[in-house]
Amino acid sequence: MRKLFDLDLKVNGTRHEQAVEPRTLLSDFLRHDLGLTGTHVGCEHGVCGACTVLLDGEPVRSCLLFAVQAHGHSVITVEGLGAIDQLHPVQEAFRQAHGVQCGFCTPGILTTVVAFLAGNPDPSEEEIREALSGNLCRCTGYQHIVDAVQLAAQNMKTAHEQPAR
Amino acid sequence: MKPAPFDYYAPTTVEQALAHLTEHGDEAKVLAGGQSLVPMMNFRLVQPSVLVDLNSIPDLAFIQPDETGGLRIGALTRHYQLEVDPLVAARMPLLHEAVPKIGYPQIRRRGTLGGSLSHADPSAELVAVSVALNGRFRLRSPRGERWIPAQDFFIGLFTTVLEPDELLVEVALPPLPARTGGSILEVARRRHDFALVGVAAVVSLDGKGLCRQARMVFLSAGDRPMEAHRAAEVLAGQAPTPEAFQAAAEIAASDDIHPSSDIHATAEFRRHLAKVLARRALDRACRRAAEKE
Amino acid sequence: MTKTLIGQRVLRNEDPRLLTGQAQFVDDVEIPGLLHAAFLRSDHAHARLLGMDVSAARQRPGVVAVFTAEEMGDDWQPGPPLVSPPPTAKDVLFYSRRQVPLVKDKVRHAGEAMAVVIAESRYIAEDAVEDIVVDLEPLEAVVDLEKALQPGSHLVHDDLESNLAAHLFQKKGDYEAARRQADLVLRRRIVIDRGAAAAMENRGIVAQWDEKSQHLTVWDTTQAPIPIRNGLAARLGLSENQVRVIAPFIGGGFGPKMMMFYPEEMLIPWVAKKLKRPIKWIEDRRENFYATTQERGQIHDVEIALSRDGHILGLKDVFLHDTGAYDPYGLTIPLNTQCHAMGPYDIKNYSTEVSVVFTNKTLVTPVRGAGRPQGIFVIERLLDAAAKELGIDPVEIRKRNLIPADAFPYEHGIIDQAFSPLILDSGNYWPVMQKALDMIGYEKFVREEQPRLRKEGRYVGIGITPFIESTGVGPYEGARVTVEASGKIHVATGVGTQGQGHFTTFAQVVAEQLGVAVGDVRIVSGDTAEFHWGTGTFASRGAVVAGNAIHAAASIVRRKVLELASKQLQTPQEELELEGGMARVADIPDKSISLGELASLANPLRGAVEPGTEPGLEATSYFGPRYGATAFGAHAMILEIDPETMMIEIKRYVTVEDCGTVLNPLILEGQIHGGVSLGIGNAYYEKLHFDENGQLLNASFADYLIPSATEMPRIEVGHMETRSPLNELGTKGVGEAGTIPVPALFSQAVENALADRELEILESPLSPNRLYELWSGKEAR
Repeated sequence: MRKLFDLDLKVNGTRHEQAVEPRTLLSDFLRHDLGLTGTHVGCEHGVCGACTVLLDGEPVRSCLLFAVQAHGHSVITVEGLGAIDQLHPVQEAFRQAHGVQCGFCTPGILTTVVAFLAGNPDPSEEEIREALSGNLCRCTGYQHIVDAVQLAAQNMKTAHEQPAR
Repeated sequence: MKPAPFDYYAPTTVEQALAHLTEHGDEAKVLAGGQSLVPMMNFRLVQPSVLVDLNSIPDLAFIQPDETGGLRIGALTRHYQLEVDPLVAARMPLLHEAVPKIGYPQIRRRGTLGGSLSHADPSAELVAVSVALNGRFRLRSPRGERWIPAQDFFIGLFTTVLEPDELLVEVALPPLPARTGGSILEVARRRHDFALVGVAAVVSLDGKGLCRQARMVFLSAGDRPMEAHRAAEVLAGQAPTPEAFQAAAEIAASDDIHPSSDIHATAEFRRHLAKVLARRALDRACRRAAEKE
Repeated sequence: MTKTLIGQRVLRNEDPRLLTGQAQFVDDVEIPGLLHAAFLRSDHAHARLLGMDVSAARQRPGVVAVFTAEEMGDDWQPGPPLVSPPPTAKDVLFYSRRQVPLVKDKVRHAGEAMAVVIAESRYIAEDAVEDIVVDLEPLEAVVDLEKALQPGSHLVHDDLESNLAAHLFQKKGDYEAARRQADLVLRRRIVIDRGAAAAMENRGIVAQWDEKSQHLTVWDTTQAPIPIRNGLAARLGLSENQVRVIAPFIGGGFGPKMMMFYPEEMLIPWVAKKLKRPIKWIEDRRENFYATTQERGQIHDVEIALSRDGHILGLKDVFLHDTGAYDPYGLTIPLNTQCHAMGPYDIKNYSTEVSVVFTNKTLVTPVRGAGRPQGIFVIERLLDAAAKELGIDPVEIRKRNLIPADAFPYEHGIIDQAFSPLILDSGNYWPVMQKALDMIGYEKFVREEQPRLRKEGRYVGIGITPFIESTGVGPYEGARVTVEASGKIHVATGVGTQGQGHFTTFAQVVAEQLGVAVGDVRIVSGDTAEFHWGTGTFASRGAVVAGNAIHAAASIVRRKVLELASKQLQTPQEELELEGGMARVADIPDKSISLGELASLANPLRGAVEPGTEPGLEATSYFGPRYGATAFGAHAMILEIDPETMMIEIKRYVTVEDCGTVLNPLILEGQIHGGVSLGIGNAYYEKLHFDENGQLLNASFADYLIPSATEMPRIEVGHMETRSPLNELGTKGVGEAGTIPVPALFSQAVENALADRELEILESPLSPNRLYELWSGKEAR
């Protein structure tokens, strides 16, 4: 049995301390050790993007990070964006524009989009598609997702809201 | 697909990192961005028993101008930082053009310059560009430091001159000569896939508007970045005409590259694409050179 | 009177849960004491299993058990046949060979499961898998369809005489006679390669056996929870009531999750019962490429006979269909191909013969389209070839052959996948095609824009492809609708859901009948404890069959509500309306009573009830269509190709769908968009590369290329509505429509773009490399 690592990190604003095996992927740590099952695992080789979370505000593949690498850092998952009775503007826009079908790729897209709009609040369609190029979806053909991002950008500009915690 | 077990170290200085590498030799792998290494570990294609994580060494990430007008870039600099840095855009437009072609946005947040170069994938944009821009790499080991020119660093498929206890710590890019323009072009199945083939071209014009130097480095055209020496010879001193570009492109595609066949493209198709891209890249690089003082 | 809810762009009920990461998918299920499974899978496609040593694996700390076929003893048995060959067809040859829980003597495809390790974590289980020592004697792999049928070929199943899995011949009219009358006979060979469904969520199972209550609960990413329940009960010697199968939220189905009794589905519940511990198995992406079914591989030798003015006199198709290592799914896919190779055309003479071939590759069962794309590809390629030969405009030749609007119901006289005679229930084909042509500006493009672009040296092409889609097949589905005391409506149905919006479209159907808010209708689907009669979500039938069952049940509940309300309010039923969750008198709004109150009144705790009364406001109904409704449509596209790199950019993409009554246009559009993206994948990006040893060379998302947001165009969706006479809602399915015509359309548009080179595309998928070979006249195939 390999030596365990004393992991200390923040997830969605809450501090967690836990001893973990170094090889535990961040995606598995979030899902099974912390019970935050909103982050989904589609490929474990960094292509599909379903596992995307925000690490210190940056969208990253949680399947390509070991949990120990998040030591001392801050992670935001889809659960940290909004709640059922208080959706984040991006989540609300996805609902309005029917940007969700099966919902499996959705959490990774939401975190990606939140980070993207924070850096580019008024994107063109081409920029949106570029930003989404690392998130695969098999259900939607991306069109309503692009519509949702445009709607979110519009709504957030109008409301002057801060996009992410 | 879960990785095999390993011991994990997160040193905070390069010296500590080197000490771990010295101790564990071939058993250890260096973890930088992890965007290439961790998939291989998840597939269990590699199973290092020790992982030395460089991400807690702050001194390794920097982008600094040097006094000659070039750039000094730390090995742990993320692709994303290169993408948004104004110095890179100003001093190394070819690098600025290349970075967005790397993988997906999320990959670029973690992937590092040093990691990409050390991994030495011949399809990597940074590998070809570092050669095209005459980069020099600073390597450090317990025995000291050495500087290696980019073209001498890559010696085979995923193989560099790095010793097991040696780290790439910095890349120095010299300033572009006057009247120099660059262009990087790729063909990929999907926008962000590995290139079927690609080329990074840098052309310098002389006072009369002739090609003083034309450098082309191909990606996905061999087991390492393939520099088109014959094509460069052909173009030296020539007027930058479509015919000259076509001739150079043909020679580059037939003589200077050694592409292989795989499920995505045959070697023949790669040669064909290389010829097309070379011609287009030379043309574009030349136009940009002509726009400069 | 409220506006009708059918046809409204109602936002989805299920979205808030999905958007906040609160929806439960199978890997989200956590149970105390859960153990994890990992499989040892064969690297070889064809090999004899000589021995296996699992002792080291068993000894690894954290490993609880390792099972091989041997340990299963008498419990080891192949899966049940899922779809028998059509009893209504003549001269069917069918050799049933089904997949096994674990390899016993012979490996028949790469990735076939040989042993399962049960451990405290998936990480440890995978470590232990590497401890297992296997002795395999590699055999020559059967990979090429034609070589597989040659005498002397190695056999996938040694107890058979050849690799022929099935043979079916069907005919209509007299092709040979038609051929003799023809002015033109064209012959072509068409090759279509395999693709994967590649849903974002891989498969998974959690099985829990409760020894005290003698009850098995299984969470499974299945499109068919009811048959799985019934089959598991039978296999484990349990009563059906002792088994509950739950299909939770599923991250995309697309067909392969309809395949039942995958090895893992047979094994994991068995292990759970044996060990008396809950077991979880989650497929990883690499496994998905080997162990989840695939589809599309066929080789067609076709012949079409036409008159000089382009009328199709007859069609003859002899084709091979790759079924992989086993054939549990019967002839479903090739039957679909046979039925769709006539397209929407009035073809009176047709001869179609399929040989289904065993190969040492992953099993083949329906993937979105399910044999229909191949049929449409065949007929559309032939028509384009004929148009060129005869000098007839490609739109015109199609128009001349479309089944006219007054010819419905149109009987084709061959058998379809539901074993019924193929009857197209309703259709209006030309207007749909016309609309697509108008939307894309076909005339103007061909007359003005294309010649102008050509002069500029640009290669831009256009295509138009009409198609049909058989949908809404039986046998049946059922539903139960209940008004609760809260006034909310509870609906249970057997079909599962994988993202197609059932929680909303079904709610709309109910809300329409009962006058409640869509958000107040709660749908439970895919839980056998709630509803245990039905088959599953497949063949674009969910909305049609389950939807109509729900409609029927809701209608009965409506009647009960009105009856009871009429008594309570002492008003004739005709004067009552249901709106806002109330039953009220039209012109006296305060003479009203809520549905919730009525529900309570209908279920009294005291007093006597009249004989024959049923308690509550509830109804259960079933719907089984006489035959499947046939939807139809047309797609058009404009694309540009770089003649040097052969890279393609889609400039415009237009679809016109006619799926009868539309329940929710927002959801419909989503289905079309998604279907088209898979179709574009099939046409240009996605190919499963098997080498001559049966090895899959691109078993990852890095090398199996599914379109991303930067590859997909915007899709313009047009509608027409020709109600189906086969059900009360007038609806037809649409789940696969987006996918079906795309490869045919793509080929047509590429040929059109490269018209000066007279390219002919008779294969799918395409790639820039392949186009380069065709363009430069080099045949590498």
